[in-house]
Amino acid sequence: MSKAEAAAKAKASPKGPTKAKPKIAVPPMPVKPAYLQAKSAAPAKADATDDGRRGFLRLGFWGLGAVLALWTLATVKFMFPNVLREPPSKFKVGPPDAFPVGKVETKYKAQFAVWIVNTEYNGQQEIYALKSVCTHLGCTPNWLEAEQKFKCPCHGSGYYKDGINFEGPAPRPLERYAIRVAEDGQIEVDRSRTFHEELGQWGNPSCFIPV
Amino acid sequence: MAGLSEIIRESQLWKSIFRHPMPVDRRNRIVVMLTNFFLHLHPVSIKKQGIALSYTWCMGGVTFFLFLVETVTGVLLMFYYRPTVQWAYTDIQMLRDVDSLGIMREIHRWAAHAMVITVWLHMYRVFLTGSYKPPREFNWVIGVFLLLLTLLLSFTGYLLPWDQLAVWAITVGSNMARATPILGHEGPGQQLLTLGGVDMITSASDARFALLGAREVGEETLNRFYILHCIAIPLGVALLLAVHFWRVRKDGGISGPL
Repeated sequence: MSKAEAAAKAKASPKGPTKAKPKIAVPPMPVKPAYLQAKSAAPAKADATDDGRRGFLRLGFWGLGAVLALWTLATVKFMFPNVLREPPSKFKVGPPDAFPVGKVETKYKAQFAVWIVNTEYNGQQEIYALKSVCTHLGCTPNWLEAEQKFKCPCHGSGYYKDGINFEGPAPRPLERYAIRVAEDGQIEVDRSRTFHEELGQWGNPSCFIPV
Repeated sequence: MAGLSEIIRESQLWKSIFRHPMPVDRRNRIVVMLTNFFLHLHPVSIKKQGIALSYTWCMGGVTFFLFLVETVTGVLLMFYYRPTVQWAYTDIQMLRDVDSLGIMREIHRWAAHAMVITVWLHMYRVFLTGSYKPPREFNWVIGVFLLLLTLLLSFTGYLLPWDQLAVWAITVGSNMARATPILGHEGPGQQLLTLGGVDMITSASDARFALLGAREVGEETLNRFYILHCIAIPLGVALLLAVHFWRVRKDGGISGPL
């Protein structure tokens, strides 16, 4: 009630607080009849059916989970194509006498990303094919004839004529492609096989033609 | 003229679209907001602290606006761009001649640069005002994912003009993926996934291959990056943006006290 009502009530009954309410005698809670008490025994009977349903549902969800996991794996595999559309890796560059001693041939760089070099390495004169991809981050270096070195325009990696890195951020020497003299007497380069100097692979006879 | 607008507003056509009359009191304003799909995405009212520019910088809002600009200009650009090695470069060069308002590509590029700048400013502001503290920690995490997706959008979009800058930037950038631990064919731990003597992770099956769709940047990469740039990543951004905004709202509105 509002303040005004309370003030009016206090004024109307000045003899103090009103009488307390009479105490109510509460009867005791009735005992449950038999048919209701039987409920505690009922779950034991329904348990078998419930377990069956629960088991089936659980199996179903596990099956769904397995299918979803397989679907996810299949989607990931989807992103890896099985077909590579690349030009053939082997190509011919002419007979060995087209490459005089000391020459770095640059005319196959644009189409095949390779330099054909005829120089001395490890005490013997060799013709080999250097992959024209900088070992730093993949740009195409240039052969500087006047300074007799390969120099990458991206970050300044420098390589000697034999492909060994000597300046800049390049971590390792240029790679070599497999090279051989084919049946018709021409040099054939195979881009599908590379040889790393730092792994000791430049001694492999497949990566140079002795002159 | 007042009679004409009255007639329109009493017509069945109007009433079927706009169910409630124009708001004239606070209750009706709220009703109109809450029962409209587009309007209910915004709160009915915002606290005064939300527009304290020297505190919020509004960079989050500006970033979102730039994202919308990018979406609109991007969709328009898609009408004249073919993501093939044969046509990509020419289509973008020709845009100015082929179409009026050919500055779409300039707007798209400028807005992209601006969006990266504003997203960093937004991140900086959130950090300075401590708006990442509990209970807002997870919203910060969502924000970091949004940042990553923004940078990926920039990365994938950069390839699409197919000029020298684009091809070499993506070549160099994706070459870093070769050195991924375990999943890159020149990274540490590459041998871990060898089954029965057969390398599972090679130059034709590593993480870089999945990104490029081939062993070098080429036709497949252009197509893949086009789809990532226009559909896949924007969908991810939209999803995370929704959660990001929802969380801001539920935590008491922008720039609320902790």
